Amino acid sequence: MGIYLLVDFGSTYTKIIAVDIEKEIILGRAQSPTTINTDITIGLDNALAALVKNCGIDTDKIQGKYASSSAAGGLKMTAIGLVPELTLEAARRAALGAGAKVVSGYGFEIDEDIIKEIEAEKCDIVLLCGGTDGGDKKVIIHNAKMLADSKIDCPILVAGNRAATNKIKTILEEKNKTVYTAKNVLPSLDVIDIEPAQALIREIFIDHIVKAKGLAKAQASIGRNIVPTPMASLQAAALLADGTEDEPGIGSLVIVEIGGATTNIHSVADITSVTPQTLIKGLPELRVKRTVEGDLGIRYNAQTIYDMVGEDKIEAILQSLLISQAGEKTDIKRYVNKIAENVDYVPSCDIEFNLDISLAKAATEIAVERHAGVLKKEYSIQGETMVQYGKNLLNVENIIGTGGVFKYGLRPERILQSGLFSQDKPWNLKPQKPQAYIDNDYMLYGIGLLANDFPAQALRIAKKYLRPTTL
Amino acid sequence: MEKRQANKSVVIGTIGGDAHMIGAWVLSKAFEKAGFKVAYLGAVVPQKDFVNAAIEIDADAILVSSMYGMGIMDCEGLREKCIEAGLKDIILYAGGTVAAPLELEKNWPEIEKRFEKIGFNRVFKNTCTADEAVETLKADLGIE
Repeated sequence: MGIYLLVDFGSTYTKIIAVDIEKEIILGRAQSPTTINTDITIGLDNALAALVKNCGIDTDKIQGKYASSSAAGGLKMTAIGLVPELTLEAARRAALGAGAKVVSGYGFEIDEDIIKEIEAEKCDIVLLCGGTDGGDKKVIIHNAKMLADSKIDCPILVAGNRAATNKIKTILEEKNKTVYTAKNVLPSLDVIDIEPAQALIREIFIDHIVKAKGLAKAQASIGRNIVPTPMASLQAAALLADGTEDEPGIGSLVIVEIGGATTNIHSVADITSVTPQTLIKGLPELRVKRTVEGDLGIRYNAQTIYDMVGEDKIEAILQSLLISQAGEKTDIKRYVNKIAENVDYVPSCDIEFNLDISLAKAATEIAVERHAGVLKKEYSIQGETMVQYGKNLLNVENIIGTGGVFKYGLRPERILQSGLFSQDKPWNLKPQKPQAYIDNDYMLYGIGLLANDFPAQALRIAKKYLRPTTL
Repeated sequence: MEKRQANKSVVIGTIGGDAHMIGAWVLSKAFEKAGFKVAYLGAVVPQKDFVNAAIEIDADAILVSSMYGMGIMDCEGLREKCIEAGLKDIILYAGGTVAAPLELEKNWPEIEKRFEKIGFNRVFKNTCTADEAVETLKADLGIE
């Protein structure tokens, strides 16, 4: 029997799933509070003890462990580019696709004020881009000098104009900065090439950040490199959609991942235009795409959702969910305050469960809207022309919900409805009629962790345990 | 920063999905006659090709011709691409039937405003002659 443990060091909980890779089943799961501030392996051992107690697995039969981490703030990055819609956007995408949280992004020449902001953000990596290969050098060199003279001590990854890279490396190294260089994220004006930069981000994560965040002991105990959690989710998304040589995937998909602090959207779908006549504008989209909304989460950011959407709209969503109690007024503000202060809070009554669903629905609507493309009408000699910005998700075949609220929530499939195309906003290119699934077991990160070594088995486990539902 | 020395070179072509190349061709002949080095790119030229040609010949200006009424849409984003390519200060002109004819007649100031907003230095009506374009660029470059 081949038992593998799939560990996720979350910001709040260390979670473990045990799988039998031969029988392709999940044997059990357990969690324990993450102990990043003392010794990360204490939480891991506690979770492991709970796992043994819960499902009686034989620890001698454990063949290996895999782990991801979003503990200690996850992987925080600052992106610097030249034009916001071009190299800065390419830099953002590179960071997001490597599983980072982009805490800030700056275009054009940065100044002392921005340097102060970056110093205060205390991010893990600064990604410095700007200029196509052979294009502008002045701005990226200026920005490199600003970084060189700053107090920033995290690794700086340079992935801009190739013709300026060596000079920039020298500028930064003379001031004792840790410098990595990768190929340009935007080598020419219509080619986005983020893979080389992403490979280096993963490497820097393993070389520097795991150690800096107190994860080194965990890495030693796991016996393998730890990857950022969103990276694992993205790998799961790609495997699930595309399948392997022998095992078909489920086709194009959108994954809605709702957390306490953030909402992540992953999509795997070919780049298409809404109609053959539609003009596509902007940087070429990525087939495997991730966006993260740092202002949308149903605990730490419950207040932000409340402020952004407004009491009236949340009240309306809630009323639409509560058929029997229609008309009764609920103190939404009080609940939002309560959960924002007590981020581990689990709802205790019907109204509270439905309030969580309401907040999650509001977050999903905004997050999918930001991830998906939009159509705009323009007028020309031939009459109306449709111009498409961003990714067309109208014909996406599947939508999957994952994260705590999908595990404990009351009929959580209702959350996914908010991620669908709506006649109220027909220009938002959200999925129209996808098959819906709920990740009841909160296992998707684990599927991603297994994707390299056991792709077919991981895929079959995912297909077996995702719960299909109708919207 | 030192001002760039004008070297009498321009890139000319018809942008986007537009195949009407005669305007651009007439324009290129007029500029050649006036002693300019011209990179004439022909019809249906993507933005990227305008920028690449401008890098290659170290152009003073990019002159975009458009006849089919979607010129504004096709020109959007060209300035940003020039900035990435190190051509921050290059002069951008557009000319022809750059918007629907009715708009061209009635809303010209609005069209000028829209082109200014997307980073173009000037936009010309479809009644402008090639020589007028040559003279205007010479004046903008401060050369004879």
